[in-house]
Amino acid sequence: MLNIYLTIVLAPLIGSVLVGLAGNRLGRKLSHSITILGVAVSTVLSLYVFNHHVLNNGDVFNQNIYTWMQIGGLNISVGFLVDNLTSVMLVVVSFVSLMVHIYTIGYMHEDKGYTKFFSYISLFTFAMFTLVISNNFMQLFFGWEAVGLVSYLLIGFWHHKESAIEANLKAFLVNRVGDFGFLLGIAFVLMFFGTLDYAEAFSQKDQIIGQTLFGGFSAITVVCLLLFVGAMGKSAQVPLHVWLPGSMEGPTPISALIHAATMVTAGIFMVSRMSPLFELSDVALTVVMIIGAVTALFMGLLGIVQNDIKRVVAYSTLSQLGYMTVALGVSAYSVAIFHLMTHAFFKALLFLAAGSVIVALHHEQDIRKMGGLRKKMPITYITSLLGTLALIGFPGFAGFYSKDMIIEAVHYSDLPFAGWAYLAVLVGVFITAFYSLRLLFLVFHGESRVDSHTEEHLHETGSSITVPLILLAFPSVVIGYLTIEPMLFGGWLDNAITIDPSHHALAELKDHFYSAFALLTHSVVTPPFWMMVGGAVSAWVFCLYRPDWADQIQSRFKRTNYVLNSLYGFDRLNDIVFVKGSVKLGNLLWKISDMTLIDKVIVNGSAKLARYLGVLIRPVQTGYVYHYAFFMIVSLMLVLGWVLIASDYSFFS
Amino acid sequence: MDSLLSILIWLPILGGGAVLLIGNERSSTAKWASAVISVLVFILSINLFLDFDTSTSAMQFVEKMSWISQFNIFYHLGVDGISMPLIILTTFSTILVIIAGWEVIQNRVADYMAAFLMMEGIIIGVFSAMDSMLYYVFWEASLIPMLLIIGVWGGQNRVYAAIKFFLYTFLGSVFMLVSLIYMYNLGGSFAISDMHALPLTLVQQGWIFWAFFLAFAVKVPMFPVHTWLPDAHVQAPTGGSVILAAIMLKMGGYGFFRFSLPITPDASSYFAFVVIVLSLIAIVYIGFVALVQKDMKKLIAYSSISHMGFVTLGVFALFSIMKMDSSGELISIAGASIESAYLGLEGAMIQMVSHGFISAAMFLVVGVLYDRLHSREISTYGGVVNSMPKFTGFAVLFAMANAGLPGTSGFVGEFMVILGALQANFWYAFLAAMTLIVGAAYTLWMVKRVFWGPVINPEVSKLNDINAREFGILAVLAVAVLWMGIYPQPVIEVMHVSIANLLEQALTTKIPGML
Repeated sequence: MLNIYLTIVLAPLIGSVLVGLAGNRLGRKLSHSITILGVAVSTVLSLYVFNHHVLNNGDVFNQNIYTWMQIGGLNISVGFLVDNLTSVMLVVVSFVSLMVHIYTIGYMHEDKGYTKFFSYISLFTFAMFTLVISNNFMQLFFGWEAVGLVSYLLIGFWHHKESAIEANLKAFLVNRVGDFGFLLGIAFVLMFFGTLDYAEAFSQKDQIIGQTLFGGFSAITVVCLLLFVGAMGKSAQVPLHVWLPGSMEGPTPISALIHAATMVTAGIFMVSRMSPLFELSDVALTVVMIIGAVTALFMGLLGIVQNDIKRVVAYSTLSQLGYMTVALGVSAYSVAIFHLMTHAFFKALLFLAAGSVIVALHHEQDIRKMGGLRKKMPITYITSLLGTLALIGFPGFAGFYSKDMIIEAVHYSDLPFAGWAYLAVLVGVFITAFYSLRLLFLVFHGESRVDSHTEEHLHETGSSITVPLILLAFPSVVIGYLTIEPMLFGGWLDNAITIDPSHHALAELKDHFYSAFALLTHSVVTPPFWMMVGGAVSAWVFCLYRPDWADQIQSRFKRTNYVLNSLYGFDRLNDIVFVKGSVKLGNLLWKISDMTLIDKVIVNGSAKLARYLGVLIRPVQTGYVYHYAFFMIVSLMLVLGWVLIASDYSFFS
Repeated sequence: MDSLLSILIWLPILGGGAVLLIGNERSSTAKWASAVISVLVFILSINLFLDFDTSTSAMQFVEKMSWISQFNIFYHLGVDGISMPLIILTTFSTILVIIAGWEVIQNRVADYMAAFLMMEGIIIGVFSAMDSMLYYVFWEASLIPMLLIIGVWGGQNRVYAAIKFFLYTFLGSVFMLVSLIYMYNLGGSFAISDMHALPLTLVQQGWIFWAFFLAFAVKVPMFPVHTWLPDAHVQAPTGGSVILAAIMLKMGGYGFFRFSLPITPDASSYFAFVVIVLSLIAIVYIGFVALVQKDMKKLIAYSSISHMGFVTLGVFALFSIMKMDSSGELISIAGASIESAYLGLEGAMIQMVSHGFISAAMFLVVGVLYDRLHSREISTYGGVVNSMPKFTGFAVLFAMANAGLPGTSGFVGEFMVILGALQANFWYAFLAAMTLIVGAAYTLWMVKRVFWGPVINPEVSKLNDINAREFGILAVLAVAVLWMGIYPQPVIEVMHVSIANLLEQALTTKIPGML
């Protein structure tokens, strides 16, 4: 099996390196063929691995590949851990990546950086694989930062745009804030367990129970919270979410692949992987749940006021990542992974559909300048509709199952503040439905607001764009129905996830679960369903039925509108405190401490002092012998006197 | 080969003399001769690695001859796992600077090449000397070629920078000489190994420690004796900056390993906290200073200081991790493992080698731009990627390495030191890990302003991408940076036994009566 895993991981890397180094010589066609082939190989083999591990209960594979470093008794290796969790992630990542690779042929065909783009997205796929397949913290951190690197390169892909290169710097630095905590968390793991290997560390997890840090804080809570800071950066949880909307400056395929389906879910994956540790700290889990709930609700609200097609979807992603995080908090890890999977499909679909619209409209992204596109772009419209229904949790669609299960799990949780979190995720359903359908209505329904010149040439996009849309639409519809039972209650993820019996949300879900079909028929009497209907109807009213009411509400609630439009002031705060503050601090230290105090006063000052002393002493050097003789005699007397006093007159005795 | 180290020292020094004789008029011959010599020395130095016995901490490739017999001074050479990697780093970097100066240096070419060759031999002497007088002679001698390199081929303010460099470092090392003579008076020997064994009271150790500290801290350089470095780098030609950053700073770090820890273990332990605080100041404070630099070379110079802070932190953190109990057993303080002390020390070593690659690469990157537009100002550039895509690829790779991206050598040392330092004290690790954010901020902000963005300066759009020579140098460095990031084990393996021995020495008290 090792060779299969190695091939999965390395095939995209080989494609990326080949195209990256020789893209110009290979030409466009060969470049995209090579990288697509690499990812296709990975996809097929991932399905094989999935079949082997998940469907046929294959043994967990855990093996080191090579020793990265051996220091005394500490071994840090590069190695693979393939269990069912990894298998699911491999399939999700490789499939979405393959779709995005194909889609890119159409989307980027006019771009000068065509081959470079393929090299980057293949490199990303490699990095994401190393992240999910790692069996230790070091390699996890490698993959973690490597995906961040590619994200940086791709957000700034159109490097002539000032907004793009500002966004990629911001993305990298905000992620580094998360990694700062993550690295300290990893360092604590080494300190308490003496190893960075998952299996070894988790097997001695009991050692950390009862230990304290900083005079009284529970050690496990500190460790989990630090690790979670890493997850907050990568998975864009409040307040480290600020980079994700900006990342929309990158080309749309990577918004789908990196900033919706895969990389941003790395935090969710990581916390699930660390479930043996997180289960030991109720405090950490509560924090995870609260942060998730806040993100789910408040980032969703921002989606309502956005007018850029990609940003609406981006805030929706933030909100859905919040849902996954809430699920982690209530120890429903498998539900989080389930939502991660369904979300990967329908959100990638929505992004790629948005990209299809953007291409058709010659890179127009403002939804106020769209409308009525459903007739001209039927495939994009229908696939978008399916994706939207999945996102808002329309009964039967993929998102219905995963989101309902999260809401129910929060309902059953008895962590402190779980009641508030439940309220947040419930209201979140209304908001999700509202902004999603607002987007759908404004883009595809109603009167066309497209300018006449573009309108004339408007047509459905080419097959390399529409085929991935269609292929992604299938799982967006059915994957929830098909996999909810085995994944949540059938033990698909049991060999990767540990749940403490005291956290019984998932167990209660299981008790109340009969079948996917029963869930469907039962849905009309559940609160989330009516929230969803409420949001959908509101969107219809404000966007199609009486658009003027929306304006009236906006002018009535100016203050709320201001708060939402300024994105709660996070950007301003960061700009003033961290960006300008750091520059000020740097200047202060440099100019006052370094240049003035050390250099001018001490270093050049001592040079000046030396010269000054020289000037002072110079008159003594007169050249007259009798002056020198005088100094000699006086000095001799002084020295003798000192010797006499110092020796207590013993000289004479 | 019995006299491999002597050959490594004297071949480049004498070869440099020969290049001088070739003369500046025949510059092409001088260049080729220098290149051949530097490549030859590098190939020979590989033998140190290949024939190195990783199972012993004893000195290897030892040579010993009487030199000044009245004072018991010997021409005594040898290497262990600590000095050997630094020697190879030296021979490697010298090839780079010789080739990097190929077309760029037009003025007094033979002198330039000879200075670097002599520099190479002298620095190998520093790293391989086992007699402290021999060491001191090489140590001081290394100032001369660098002084000339800055003073002759430097920028506009080169004289100020050269003198500042010289006085700063000379002042530091004078005190070292005094303490070496002091120990000779006590023990009757200048052999470094005898000094390691010399019993010293805490007061004696304290004086010696600070005398050494001044010498090494200036070289590293540590806060607050770092202000010569930005000036020296800004004024030095590219090759000078490369050698300065890649190798000369390592002489300071090496000094802590070879002298401070084993000769004054109790004082090192006693004052460790001071050194750690200064290291953390270097990492954080200098990081912020680097952020606001407008001159690329200054920015990288400050970044060097910040990165070298990890070296001193990694070394001195060990005293908060391990101690020796009365029966001579190593025991841990506060439950830390001995591996974390190794992580600190070996992380420091890795950081030195890695910084050698990365700082060399960063200065060469700036050099490539400077050669074209004769400006080091960040604001001159912007959008360089448009006209120099290949070059930008390298620059971004090295910038990422500078920001400590995993998979590059820049990550390995910092990772190890942070992991080790956390077991000494959480706040050490906390402050050191700030570099993850600050280091990325200053490096990538520079990348953004220089390489990305629209082209504002019309000169930038006319830039030619790197030629084969420049490509070759940067590619070699890129391979080195990636190789050490992906597979650092060979370097770790080479040094581990020596480091383990050093750890023991550093934790064994030398105070008479407490032995």
